Formats: sequence, structure tokens, C-alpha cells
Amino acid sequence: MNKGPSWFNLTSITLGMAFLYLPIVLLVIYSFNAGRNVAIWEGWSTKWYFALWQDQQMLDAAWVTIRVGLLSASVATILGTMAAITLVRHSRFFGRSLFSGMVSAPLVLPEVILGLSLLLLFVSIGFDRGFWTMTIAHITFTMCYVAVVVQSRLVSFDRTLEEAALDLGCPPLRTFFSITLPLILPAVISGWMLAFTLSLDDLVIASFTTGPGATTLPIKIYSQVRLGVSPQINAICTIIIAVVSVGAIVASLQLKRAETERRRAEQMAAAGR
Amino acid sequence: MTAIDVAAPASDADTGARTSALGRLLVIGIPYAWMAFFFLVPFLIVVKISFSETAIAIPPYTPVFDFAVDGIAGTIAKLGELSLATYEFLTTDSLYWRSYLSSVWIAGTSTVITLAIGYPLAYGMARCPREWRPMLLMMVILPFWTSFLIRVYAWIGILSREGLLNKLLISIGLVDPAQPLVILSTTTAVYIGIVYSYLPFMVLPLYASLEKLDETLLEAAADLGCTPWRAFWQVTFPLSLPGVIAGCFLVFIPAVGEFVIPDLLGGSETLMIGKTLWTEFFNNRDWPVASAVAVILLLILVIPIVLFQNQQAKAQETGR
Amino acid sequence: MSKQAIGPIRRSFAPWDDPAAKPLIEYRGVTKRFGDFVAVENLDLKIYTREFFALLGPSGCGKTTLMRMLAGFEDPTQGDVILDGKSVVGVPPYRRPVNMMFQSYALFPHMNVEQNIGFGLKQDGMSKADIAVRVAEMLKLVKLEPFAKRKPHQLSGGQRQRVALARSLAKRPKVLLLDEPLGALDKKLRQETQFELMDLQQELGMTFLVVTHDQEEAMTVADRIAVMDKGKIIQVATPSEIYEQPNSRYVASFIGDVNMFEGKTVPTADGITRIECGALGMAIESEGSHKPAAGEAAWFAVRPEKVRLTSDAPPDAAGVNAVPGEVWDIAYLGDMSIFHVKLANGQVMTATRANISRIVDKPIGWDDKVWLSWDRNAGVVLQG
Repeated sequence: MNKGPSWFNLTSITLGMAFLYLPIVLLVIYSFNAGRNVAIWEGWSTKWYFALWQDQQMLDAAWVTIRVGLLSASVATILGTMAAITLVRHSRFFGRSLFSGMVSAPLVLPEVILGLSLLLLFVSIGFDRGFWTMTIAHITFTMCYVAVVVQSRLVSFDRTLEEAALDLGCPPLRTFFSITLPLILPAVISGWMLAFTLSLDDLVIASFTTGPGATTLPIKIYSQVRLGVSPQINAICTIIIAVVSVGAIVASLQLKRAETERRRAEQMAAAGR
Repeated sequence: MTAIDVAAPASDADTGARTSALGRLLVIGIPYAWMAFFFLVPFLIVVKISFSETAIAIPPYTPVFDFAVDGIAGTIAKLGELSLATYEFLTTDSLYWRSYLSSVWIAGTSTVITLAIGYPLAYGMARCPREWRPMLLMMVILPFWTSFLIRVYAWIGILSREGLLNKLLISIGLVDPAQPLVILSTTTAVYIGIVYSYLPFMVLPLYASLEKLDETLLEAAADLGCTPWRAFWQVTFPLSLPGVIAGCFLVFIPAVGEFVIPDLLGGSETLMIGKTLWTEFFNNRDWPVASAVAVILLLILVIPIVLFQNQQAKAQETGR
Repeated sequence: MSKQAIGPIRRSFAPWDDPAAKPLIEYRGVTKRFGDFVAVENLDLKIYTREFFALLGPSGCGKTTLMRMLAGFEDPTQGDVILDGKSVVGVPPYRRPVNMMFQSYALFPHMNVEQNIGFGLKQDGMSKADIAVRVAEMLKLVKLEPFAKRKPHQLSGGQRQRVALARSLAKRPKVLLLDEPLGALDKKLRQETQFELMDLQQELGMTFLVVTHDQEEAMTVADRIAVMDKGKIIQVATPSEIYEQPNSRYVASFIGDVNMFEGKTVPTADGITRIECGALGMAIESEGSHKPAAGEAAWFAVRPEKVRLTSDAPPDAAGVNAVPGEVWDIAYLGDMSIFHVKLANGQVMTATRANISRIVDKPIGWDDKVWLSWDRNAGVVLQG
């Protein structure tokens, strides 16, 4: 079993990865195209990035997107963690199945339904649409993703650690902050990151729940994409891809390094006993 | 030796119990209230508006109920006069049921294609040397983190008439420059978009179930005289079924209600219900019809969603 | 206090025989149900100060539930748990003067050894300087001074066990609860640690309550053992009483190996119980406190090491406490050998023999015809 992967496996991996990455790679390359026509290569240039820098509307949209993302991800992380604790720890309360249904439904429901229903809520309570309605909408659907991520960590959480803390005289709330939270923190952080990127990416729900003056990058990109491919859109897309990829890669490498270190220490301990 | 006082007085025990009861109430109550108000209530509003009559006003519908005016008794009385007009309208105009059918058809076909592409990929990953696997997994997850809109957009530049695909095919002489392939703005492009966008959703559960597979099972099958091909169909595939089912649901369910892909890649002949809803809402400003479309879309999705959740719960139980 | 001084005291340590002694822990009519499952049923138990007490039984017998009710993780469905004269029912675990050493150790992975040991002290609002002193003292006690700054995952299994012990001892609890304390260690380490635990308990003069399914462990460390089954205590006694005078077939077979014979009691002279085993054509005579009424079904239990194994029939036996058989299996363990002997009715009996001399003149081999015999005071008569 130590021989390398078979030709069949290698081929399927190569083709699969090519399919996943080729479109993105092409998009990135053509963002550096000097020409306006996206299909004709006219040499390297970074002029579209400079053009972006001049585009005040685009910069405003980016700023709105980041603000909505930071705020909604943070609130969603708190609410989602609470929801995860509720689902894992409290097996009996009134309407538990309703609650678990509500938390898992947004993961699978079409965004158009979520967007439409939230919009109708805001209209019927007379809430002016804009930054805040969009943030609330994002909190609502991203907290469910946070709940799923944190839930999977909590399920495998060794509860005797909490019992040990209680046994040593630590009251429940303090136990949560000094024992439970530090240990589930990696899951909470990846929940936050997931919420943030989902908020960053979202077009459909944002389109329904936003109002005048609060345009996000996806809305902006979408309105321009409908007019056709442009190198400037390629450039902004490349920036988004770069930021998100670097974030995701750094985070996962960090996690992996911590994991390897822990395993090495465990092996050392086992050997030295 | 300092000993701690034994058995805190009863009142202490009571406050302890009370704070934990309050904590429990808050932990359950806050997310519960949030989801109830921002998820459940909006839903009920959608249902309610779907029973309203269209009106040219802001908001563009005549409310059926108005608790402030009618009170509970009046509301109940009005329940009898619910307007089914929008639903009747949906049945009369073939656009709607054709969109529903074609959404389900497109989502189903795309799911099968995604499975056909995703299975070899997941299988190859799971059979790779152990050191490679985290890296490969990361590579599959990464596109999932990058914007959905951008990934769909990337295909426009490839599939358009003057796009990269046509240029490539023309340069190697497979396609006549005068008659380039027309893919963008057709249903084919929608298939490509859905398969591409949802491939990670298929690969991840497949990989998870294939990676768990004990290789000694295959050795045992070979030892008992099974050829690799038969071992695959009799051992590997049945054991990966939970992953196959989960992957198919994860692709099919969101694909049915997809809006971005048919809107950007599809043409006018591509009917998908998410797009119809969007048009109804933003272009025709017909809120009751949009709501009725949403209600029916939800009814269509309820069955696969419930099946999926049951399957997940079952998988979790056996996994423990 | 030196160990020499304690030795004799311990030998005569038996507060449970003193009717005037006040128990430190008392379970009064305690029942605990989880849904339909009865984990503990109407149970009474008294444990005394400075006692090393073991709850012994198979998994699911309720021993852990019993311990968790004292720690405060469960409250009894019925009955009362009393600690030092006061009921602790309803008192949350963080307000009870008992500490627990968990089976999994439950060391906080994000804290180093020092922080783990000091955790409980910090909760009591002890000053930093005092905590440092107490932690140092604890590290010395469990011989882990060089490892103070290590994280739990950088320690071996034995070291983790010591950290867990130090952490639960740091607050000087009235009672230390140990849940399968040595279960995760390998056999050799486990034996060493058993003696260390005993020494520690005497040095600190504390009350230890240990839960275990390992009868050897319970026998080694405990002053008294409660043998449990299905939520009930079957017998509470010292290790030697449990072994030599089990009160039931359950206890006799749970602790160590035992040979059992079923028969009917017949009337005899005072002080002797006579059991006729029809199937074997043998009678058993036993001296003992337990005397069932004549004509009742009874069981006789005798330990393998108290059974003599001879090639010839014992001269004075005459069908009493002696039975012929054929050697079925022999296991040579070095210090002793175990013989499985098949009797006429097919029952297999076990006898052990210490390998006292290196060379035996006429060794007993497979398929040899042998006699098994024992003295009148070698076994016990049990009912049911």
C-alpha cells in the first residue's frame, strides 16, 4: 500500500482540480491584460487595478461590504455559538425541534426565499431598508453556519473537563469562559471566518434587503457583470479572491501547525514514559 | 489543614440553581427569539401575502388581515375570504409550472453530472498518500470560500462567443471561426455553472465517507477472490453511499432555487424558478405572485430537505 | 507524621465496628433513576473519616452514579446524602468540599501543570503567593517538580495521572473521590501507583472514596469494599472478609476464582454444615457462621488455592470434602500452576499449586487421575 497513487487516481485528481481552478486562474491572468477585450491578450498591465482605485463607487461598495461583514459575522458568531450550545447541551425545552429546524433550514433553503421573506418583514414593520436591514439579514443566515461549525466541535467536547472545573469550585458561567470557550475557540474562529466570507459573497439576500445608499461589492459587481465582462471587474474579483484565499490558507495552516505540534509533543511524552 | 466549610447553606444552593436557570433561559432564549422573529415570522408574512390581491401601491398588495383594524374575530372572519387569486393565476400561466419543472429537471441532471465528476475526484483523493490529503482537501475547500458570484462570472469570459474556449477551439481548428460555439446564454452553460459551483459540496461528503473506508476490507475482498472492479461495486460503493446521498442532496436542494447561475449564464429559454421569482419581484413588482412562487418552491423542497435531515440524523447515530 | 507511626494505628483502624462513631458520609435510602432505568436503588451506606473506601462492581452497577451524587453532578431521586452531618442534596458541585479525580483525568489542555493544580485554589480567591506555595507543595508530593510548566499533552500517562491527583488534592477536600483512578495505566505502573496512593492517603490523613471495577485494585488499596450489583450493595466488608467470607455467590465469584458446588443441607452436629452433592456422590462438611436450615438448597464455595491436589485418595476422606477427577488443563504461571480438573459429572474444578521447589519428583500431568480435597474450614456455605 506504500506505492504512489495509481494513474487513474492521478488523472481524476488532476482533471478535477483543473476544472475547479482553471476558470479562476484565467480570470486572474486576464485581470492583468493591457487590452480592454477580455479574450485577446495584449500584454501585462496593472492599469485596471489603478482604475479601481479611482472608482469611488467601487471603494464605497467595498467599505460597506466590509462593515456589514465584520458586524454581522461578529453578532452571528455570538448567536450561532449560543444556538450550538442550546442544540448540543439542552435536550429538552419547549419547541426544541422547531428551533433546530429553524437553525438548519437557512443552510438549505434557496437564498431567494430567505431574501424575499426578510424583505417583506422589514416592509411590514416599516423598517427603512439599508445598511442595518442587510446586516440583520446576514446575521440571520450566517449564524446558522456558525451554529453548525461550533456544534460539530461541541459534540466531541469532553464534558468531564467542565465537570472537573465545577468540582474544583468554579461556577458555571466562569467555567464556560475559562474552560469551554478557550477549547472550542478554533471552531468559533472558523465559524466567524465562514460567516464573514458568506456575508462578503452574498448577492441575493443583500439585493433583497438593501436600500438606497447601501450597495455592497457583490451587488455592484453583479450590476456591471450584466453589462458584460470587463477587465476592471476581473481586477476587483482578483483582489477578493486573493484576500479570501490568503485568509483561508493562513488560518488552515495555523490550525495544522498547532495540530502537528500537539501530536509531536504527545509522541514525545509517550516515548519518554 | 484548612478545610472548606461543608455544605453551603440551602439559600446558596438556591441562588446557584437560579443563576443557572437564568443562564439557560438566556442561552436558549436569545437565538430562539432571533430566529423566530427574523426567520419564522418573515415566512408567515410570505404565506400571508401570497393570499393577498395585487395592487398598484406601495407596498404593492392589499393586505388580507390587519390585526389593528379587524381584531382577532375579524381576522378569523376574513380567513374565509382568503384570496386564492394568485395561486389560480399560477396555474393558468404555464410559465410558472414550466419553471418549476425545468428547475427540478436542471437541478437533478446537474446533480447526476456533479456526482459523476465528483466521485472519481473524491476517490482519487481518498486513495492518495496520507501526506497529500490535507493539501488536496484544502484545494477543494478553497473555491468554496471564494465568492460564488466571482466563480460564476469567471465562466462568462470562457464561454462567450468571443470567449477563451472558442478561441482555443478555433486555434486548434476544431471550430469554424465564422460559426463559433454558442454556449453562453444557453441551458448548457447553466449546467456547467451548477456543476462547477457545487462540485465542492459533492466532493466533501464523498471524500469523508471514502476516506473512512478501511483498506483491509478491499484486501479481504481480494483475498476472497473478488476482482478490483467487483470489489469496488460490492464493497467500496455501498460503503460510500451515505456520502453519495449527502452530496446529492447538498447539490440538488440549493440548485433548484438557484438564481445567480441561470441569470448570468442562462439565456431567455432557460427557465428556473429562482429567476422567475426574482423577475416577478424586482421587474414586475408583483409581490403576491412572488410570494406564492416562494411558497410553492418551498413546498417542492420540503420533501428532499426532510429526507436529507433524516439521513443526516441517522448517519450521526450510526457514526457514534 | 511518619509512616512507621501510622502503621500500627491503621492496623487497628476500624471505626465501622464502633457504634458510637459518626460517619463522615452517609447515604440514606438513596434511589436514583434515569428515566425508567434505576441506577441506584434504596441504598444505605456509611463511610468514616480517614477511611479508604472502594465501590466495586461491574460497569452499570451504579457505583459511578453513587460517587457523582456525592460530587454533586447528580441529585438523588429519593433519599438523602449527608456529608459531615449536613445534607448536600441540591448543593451545586462548585460549593461542595469534595474533589474528584476523573477517570479521563480531565486535565485542562490549555493550561500547564501548575495552572491545572492551582485552578481550584484560584476559584477560592486564594492569593497568588499562597497558591504558588500550595502548588509547589503539591508538585513535590507527586514528584512532578520539573514538569511544572508543561502542558498535559507533553506528559506521559503516569505523569498525567499524578497531575490529576495533585489537582484534586490541592484544595484539601474533606473527601477525595477517585473514579477508576488507575484504569488508564498499564499493569506494572498500576501496581506501583496503588501503593503510592495508599501511602499518600495515610500521609494526608484524608478520606478517599474510590470507584473501580478492578477487584485487585480494590483489594489492594481499600480499608473496606462495597461490592455492588444492579444498583444495590451486596456486601460491605474489609478485603479479607470479602474474599474469605463472601455473603453470596455473586460476591464469591466476582472476587477472585472460586469453585462452587450445589447440594442439599442435611442435619448434623453443632457447628458443622453438611451438604450432600448427589451428582458427585460426595458430601461437603463446612465449619462456619452461616448455617442454613436442613433440607435447603445451598452452595459451597472454595478457593482454588485452598484445594489440595493429590495423585492418591486422601486416606481419611471417606467421600467427605474429597472428589476424584481427571486433569483437563494445566497453566504454568511461574510462581504457581493452575489445574483444571474434570469431575465425574463434567464439572470443571480449579486448583492452584504454588511451585515451591524447582524440580518435582512425580509431576502431575495431563489426563492424570487425581484427587481434590480440602479442609472443613477451607470454604463457605452460601445460599441462593
